[in-house]
Amino acid sequence: MIRFENVGLRYGTEAEVLRDISFTLQPGSFHFLTGASGAGKSSLLKLMYLAHRPSRGLVTLFGRDMALVTRRELPELRRQIGVVFQDFALLDHLSALDNVALPLRMAGTPETDVVAHCSEILRWVGLGNHLHATPSTLSGGQKQRVAIARSVINRPRLLLADEPTGNVDDGIGMRLLYLFEELYKLGTTVVIATHNEALIRRFDHPRLHLDNGRLMVLPARGRVHEARAKDARANDPGPIDSRGE
Amino acid sequence: MALRPMRPRSDLPLAVDPSSRFLGWITALMAFLAALALAGAMLVSDMAQRWDSGLAGGLTVQVAPMPGAPVAPLDERAEAALTVLRSFPGIRSATLLGGGEIARLLEPWLGAGATDPLLPMPRLIDVVAGGPVDVAALRLRLTSAAPGATLDDHAVWLADLRSFAGAIRLAALGVVVLIGAAAVMTVVFAVRTGLAIHRPVVELLHLMGATDRYVSRQFERHVVGRSLRGGGIGLLLAGGTMYGLHRASQGLRASLLPDLALQPWQWAVLLLVPGALALLALVTARWTVLRTLESMP
Repeated sequence: MIRFENVGLRYGTEAEVLRDISFTLQPGSFHFLTGASGAGKSSLLKLMYLAHRPSRGLVTLFGRDMALVTRRELPELRRQIGVVFQDFALLDHLSALDNVALPLRMAGTPETDVVAHCSEILRWVGLGNHLHATPSTLSGGQKQRVAIARSVINRPRLLLADEPTGNVDDGIGMRLLYLFEELYKLGTTVVIATHNEALIRRFDHPRLHLDNGRLMVLPARGRVHEARAKDARANDPGPIDSRGE
Repeated sequence: MALRPMRPRSDLPLAVDPSSRFLGWITALMAFLAALALAGAMLVSDMAQRWDSGLAGGLTVQVAPMPGAPVAPLDERAEAALTVLRSFPGIRSATLLGGGEIARLLEPWLGAGATDPLLPMPRLIDVVAGGPVDVAALRLRLTSAAPGATLDDHAVWLADLRSFAGAIRLAALGVVVLIGAAAVMTVVFAVRTGLAIHRPVVELLHLMGATDRYVSRQFERHVVGRSLRGGGIGLLLAGGTMYGLHRASQGLRASLLPDLALQPWQWAVLLLVPGALALLALVTARWTVLRTLESMP
């Protein structure tokens, strides 16, 4: 799915923000991306969602060497990647439904299908009563769910989330992570950048840990916490309600 | 105040851009000027055609009164001129105009005084050529047979009028071309500004998999909508102006001006102006967006 080999990234003439990054993500895997603020998590994600090209090294995505991919081929690859941006990146003048519909409309999906699918997924994330609300009228958690709905509406092969729980309380953060895990179980490769250790500890997934621009791959703990099972039973989200957070 | 089109869903909030808010009004002004220039060109063409059909192959002979000169009376000289004309090769007909007709021709300049019987009026002979006429030889024969007779060959000043009408048509078309160029520059400016203002949104759309054509379609829809509305308003204003000029020209007592009325097919040509502006805007917007986006990652 994703392979990085000795990848380095620098902005302009500055020092490298990522150095000698090498790792491979198998299809259908789930990884946390951790590291202190400024460690390079967002930069690494930007390389993964093709916002930047590496300054050096080899990046392979979906079996394609990114150095050989032309600009014209990028949209097709990008449509296979869902991204949850740290600041949500919702378009303020569009309704929740139109925001979620963007990837489908770009892919040329018929309008009747667009409306049906987007309404369904917004109901699924608990925003069935906010289909036509603009982002400015939604709470932080609701915006987050719109952003997540948009990132998964076209069933991406790769889902990348940059601090998806950074703007919500722990309860909502937990629910969102359960949502990502559901997608992972459906076969989506998931990478979540976070520094919320409390949440990470509840899920048994390997970590990509960045420290000062260098990457370490930390394996999963190999066991499921009892606490997680307890939490899962206690906090079974069911359908997420639409109350503001 | 900006023209507020119906708002189809657009991923880019272009309708609220300061640069594009006045695009509709600028297009309205351009459509107004282009429609007037085109209408002017078509009216001049009509006029030239009328002159052509009315005057081509025509000659006028004027026999002037010569009070005190030792020549035959005016009517005799006019008859002599008629005789020369009717026997001259290439002349189909020669008709002496009556006093009433001459007075009517002079009325715009002389008013009611043109009918004064004391006014020494020339005799006019309307001549229609049926083929090539040796004008120089005819002029010689006329002056010897009817002293005071002058021959006016319409072809000479018809050629001048034709070239004048051609120059006006060319100038009008030049104005239309300049308006088109100004429209292109306006759209380029509006689109580039829109791209600069909304660059973060465009980048976001790209990251979500939007192609350059997807982005350019957003701009195309916007500028075409504005151009059609602006063009429609400009055309309405031009139509009103044309109607006003038509009414004003009808009110003139002297028929110095031609009738400023357009034929139905000419109105149909003017109806194409907003569409042509919209098409120009579409092509310009697409070209500008695609060229600009090529420089983005």
